[in-house]
Amino acid sequence: MTDPHEPEHNKMQLKGIMGWVEYRLPWVGLLNDSVGTNYPTPRNLNYWWNFGSLAGLALVIEIITGIVLNMHYVPTAEGAFASVERIMRDVNFGWLIRYVHANGASVFFAVIYLHMFRSFYYGSYKNPRELVWWLGLIIFFLMIITAFTGYVLPWGQMSFWAATVITNLASAIPVVGTGIVQWLWGDFSVGNSLLGRFNSLHYALPVAIVGVAIIHMWALHEHRSNNPLGIDVKGPQDTLPFHPYFTAKDLVGVGVFLLVLAGLVFYAPNMLGEPDNYIPANPLQTPNHIVPEWYLLPFYAILRAIPDKLGGVIAMAGSIIILFAVPWLDTSKVRSAKFRPMYRQFFWLFVIDAIVLGVVGANAPEGNWIIIGRLATFYYFFHFLVILPVVGWIESPKPLPDSISTSVLGDKKPVAEPAE
Amino acid sequence: MAAEQVDGDDSRRNFLYIATGAFATVGSGLAAWPLIHQMNPAADVLALASTEVDLSPLAVGQSITVKWRGKPVFIRHRTPEEIEQAQTADPSELKDYQPDSERVQNSEWLIMVGVCTHLGCIPLGQKDTDAKGDWNGWFCPCHGSHYDTSGRIRKGPAPENLQIPEYVFLDETTVKIG
Repeated sequence: MTDPHEPEHNKMQLKGIMGWVEYRLPWVGLLNDSVGTNYPTPRNLNYWWNFGSLAGLALVIEIITGIVLNMHYVPTAEGAFASVERIMRDVNFGWLIRYVHANGASVFFAVIYLHMFRSFYYGSYKNPRELVWWLGLIIFFLMIITAFTGYVLPWGQMSFWAATVITNLASAIPVVGTGIVQWLWGDFSVGNSLLGRFNSLHYALPVAIVGVAIIHMWALHEHRSNNPLGIDVKGPQDTLPFHPYFTAKDLVGVGVFLLVLAGLVFYAPNMLGEPDNYIPANPLQTPNHIVPEWYLLPFYAILRAIPDKLGGVIAMAGSIIILFAVPWLDTSKVRSAKFRPMYRQFFWLFVIDAIVLGVVGANAPEGNWIIIGRLATFYYFFHFLVILPVVGWIESPKPLPDSISTSVLGDKKPVAEPAE
Repeated sequence: MAAEQVDGDDSRRNFLYIATGAFATVGSGLAAWPLIHQMNPAADVLALASTEVDLSPLAVGQSITVKWRGKPVFIRHRTPEEIEQAQTADPSELKDYQPDSERVQNSEWLIMVGVCTHLGCIPLGQKDTDAKGDWNGWFCPCHGSHYDTSGRIRKGPAPENLQIPEYVFLDETTVKIG
């Protein structure tokens, strides 16, 4: 079956051993169709489209450094803290590998958030890419669990009390809550059993992330990338082959990404961490102020904004679950905010709201922070439940260009060959 | 770079290609090194690389086994007969020729790594009740290697004599292994 809209499939013509293998296992062809010369890509992608490949790179860095750290880590309440300190002091380059792993997680989340805000701005989650969006959200959820379980492993004060507070969220569930918490702990308190299962999950979940990421890209490759104009590709004149145009562009992003990561690792390796986590876990004393890592602060703020145990848990879970409904809450048919003057304002208000929630999460829940946190939490849900649908109905979008090529090139003839 | 003759876009592009490729290759190699080197013995392991042993409780004819770098080290206070046997062995009978004098610093004390050079089992012979093999030394139960009173391989599949660790006598009765 040939789809007339598909570009001519250019089968790889390979000779010798490569040809023999390709005839039986067409891996070069698969690569070429996925990220090579046979993958037509909208020619107008800007640097906001770099974050997908950067997320993949971050995942690979986390997995490699994580496998290495696990060679030295001891997953017991007795041995965990000392083994992490041994990694920092005695294992060859252990300090480097651990700092790359810890800061790599931060950079990974930064990349994922930019990737998500890109989708919000350019409407990448809209028809026909709803499942790409869903799969991305599943990855995001798995990342949160993985990051949290990983944060517990060094078994410092923050690790211990973060584990205590977050697992206790389950106790908010009526009737069965306490039973569930004991099941999570495998004990009557956070201790050795919990650390063991968190270690296991922290190693296993990234495998699931890799799997979902592959499905995420599979779904993406069906209708291919959205673009800054948010209009569909109409023909070969609108596209360029992925390689070399976007492999090269992605590599520029890789360079910047590695500079940022190296900057953190070599100049401020503990800037994003909490000093309290260098104190061994003490079940008899809670630190004065418990905070999660920066990338979870907005959700932490939402949890604390609701003055009710169960309500806070529901709000926090809801703040992620609501993202699954975004493709339908956003009623506008126009994808890119470039042509949506009203939505564009609200997009930036939402960015500010997310940052405010992060700041609130980092501060102790006292005085004005409580009020600000409640307002920001309200606005978070208001944005999705009211603003998104209403703006889609009342806004009159600007006229869309006829095609990507006319918008990008005007009357000029394309210099680069279109993807065939 | 400026001195090089550049005739048109192609050689510029080739230069950039090769420079980028070389940079990426060197960079990947440098990034790989910490990931490989982390598997080498760590600082705390290296810090425990030597062991001091007090030999004073050991009477003639007694042996002890001490742990050094995770492996057993056999220390034997040899009897005059054992020293005699070790020193007068016929060189033509030794598979891995080494005179006894090369294997001891003080002929009363035989200090060697108690790991069979065949496949790493621990030979018997440290206890009086152990099988000591046909040469009254050590006998490896795994594949039947016989070692003499100098720890030299005499019979069986092992290719080499029992290994001698680095050691120094700190005084008459204290030895530092490693």
